[in-house]
Amino acid sequence: MARGFLLGLLRAAAVVFGVVSLTFLLLHLAPGDPVRRMLGPAATSEQLEAGRHALGLDRPLAVQYGAWLGHALQGDFGRSIAQGRPAAALLGEAWPATALLILLSLGASWGIGLLLGAAQANTRRRGLDALGSVVTVSLNAMPGYWLGLALVMLFTYQLRWLPSFGAAGVDAEFLHGGARLADRLRHLALPLVTLSLIGAGGAARLARAAMRALRGAPFLLAARARGLGARRVVLHHQLRSALIPVVTLLGLSLPAVFSGAVFVEAIFGWPGVGQLLVQAVVARDYPVVMAAATISAVLVVAGNLLAELLVSLVDPRVRHAGP
Amino acid sequence: MPGRKRAGVWRDPRGRAGLLLLLLIAAVALLAPLLSPVAPDLQRDVVATRFLSPGSTDLHGVLHPLGTDRLGRDVWARLVYGARVSLSVGVLGMLLSLLLGIAVGAAAAGGPRRLGILLLGATDFALGLPRVVLLLLLAALWQPSAVLVVVVLGVTGWMPVARLVYAEARGQLAQPYVEAATALGARRPRVLLRHVLPNALGPVLALATLGVGNAITLEAGLSFLGLGVQPPTASWGSMIASGRDTVVNAPWVGLAPGIALVLVVVGCTLVADAVGAVNGER
Repeated sequence: MARGFLLGLLRAAAVVFGVVSLTFLLLHLAPGDPVRRMLGPAATSEQLEAGRHALGLDRPLAVQYGAWLGHALQGDFGRSIAQGRPAAALLGEAWPATALLILLSLGASWGIGLLLGAAQANTRRRGLDALGSVVTVSLNAMPGYWLGLALVMLFTYQLRWLPSFGAAGVDAEFLHGGARLADRLRHLALPLVTLSLIGAGGAARLARAAMRALRGAPFLLAARARGLGARRVVLHHQLRSALIPVVTLLGLSLPAVFSGAVFVEAIFGWPGVGQLLVQAVVARDYPVVMAAATISAVLVVAGNLLAELLVSLVDPRVRHAGP
Repeated sequence: MPGRKRAGVWRDPRGRAGLLLLLLIAAVALLAPLLSPVAPDLQRDVVATRFLSPGSTDLHGVLHPLGTDRLGRDVWARLVYGARVSLSVGVLGMLLSLLLGIAVGAAAAGGPRRLGILLLGATDFALGLPRVVLLLLLAALWQPSAVLVVVVLGVTGWMPVARLVYAEARGQLAQPYVEAATALGARRPRVLLRHVLPNALGPVLALATLGVGNAITLEAGLSFLGLGVQPPTASWGSMIASGRDTVVNAPWVGLAPGIALVLVVVGCTLVADAVGAVNGER
């Protein structure tokens, strides 16, 4: 198992390296000039030249790439062209917000999804199962940016319950203790609910399929025959076996959750990696795009590794297997 | 037996509902000029015609069944003309993924061993890349256009297809009929193209149907961020984006295209479920 994990680690490093190289290549091959954007239309060609030289953009691509890689390995991602601050600092401020959003929504959506799927797979009322399917298929079909918008309409503008922009109110600095926490939670509510609801639809569909595949399996019948209650068999035996494919898919769903988070962050002005990435891409802010792409690749890859570990925790066959 | 399979999808209630839904939406997109009294980018007196609520008639006597947006354009007209853009971009993007995926998967399964290992490695690698980052980069760095979006969707979506085609084709290659065809003198490419692929494509169909819905959602997402199909061309994503700015005074601008989008994806999911059931999944 340790060997498998090591292999996984190597593969993860290869993927991160690939993302970084590809991003670098795409960025520098694409038309559009950050220096022109920074200096404005009135800049003379000498000024543009000087600006490019100052940023090192006039060197050969391979040299720029080598230099960037060398610095990045030491944790130096360069300075943001648009904001003048170190890109690593910008990312350092942004990534906890994204990680918080993704982790909480993964937990919520898979928790809801598993229970819903289990209930659907085991109910005797076909109408209830069908209703559940309608709900989960629709949720699964909703684009995050649109569901977010609909929730903003309802909770911010109609009911006036929840804020819809940012991670904290403008007066957050003056709040203390419980009031500050409440402010954070109120700002978290809509982005989290949006991301979780969409994920819950997909999770419930997978859980339902995995649970149905196990219906009537001999080991479940044996558990019932030994006198265990129906609820206990479903929760402790059927759900646990169904968890194996589900947890694998949970890991594989991470890129999709991250994609969802990018859009949700854009909608709600959530100060995370996604929002930073979108802004930096639009502004041709090379160092920040590179840093954000690196961080998102690391987040996704780390999630996949985590899922592999979780599978081995859930499935004793994987845990005890090995050379 | 493709004919019987097709009938099977239609007999499944999910398949029938999904197909009817998709057919209806496709018909609306095709018949857009007949269904909409005005052009999608027609603007007249902006101040007098903007933000009219659904069902109201403007001073020119034109009925706006879904109201108007902030430039006085008819939301229904933009919705039905936008369907053409959104649907064709989604379908073409998925077709491109399908072609790439089938080519890679078939070559990996039927080609030389080394090539197979190389292609599978590349597929696994590409599957690990965060798609949205690539989408953002590709779409933002070149001049946004519908063609670019199709290419970007195709290039970032082929990996699951390649994997599935590979797995199916490997299974088919072990069948006796492959040996028979080879014994009759058919060469490897011919065996792959004429015999193996047609048999391997059943499960791919379910994946492709799901992929169309996914591609349409992503197209709308890019347009929503301003990186997709450019205004004044109506697409559902850009309509949702403009609805975001007017969410307080004209919620209908953003609601209508979102509901349309959800209906398309639900239709695709239902059809994919039915195709999967016919192919013996679950």
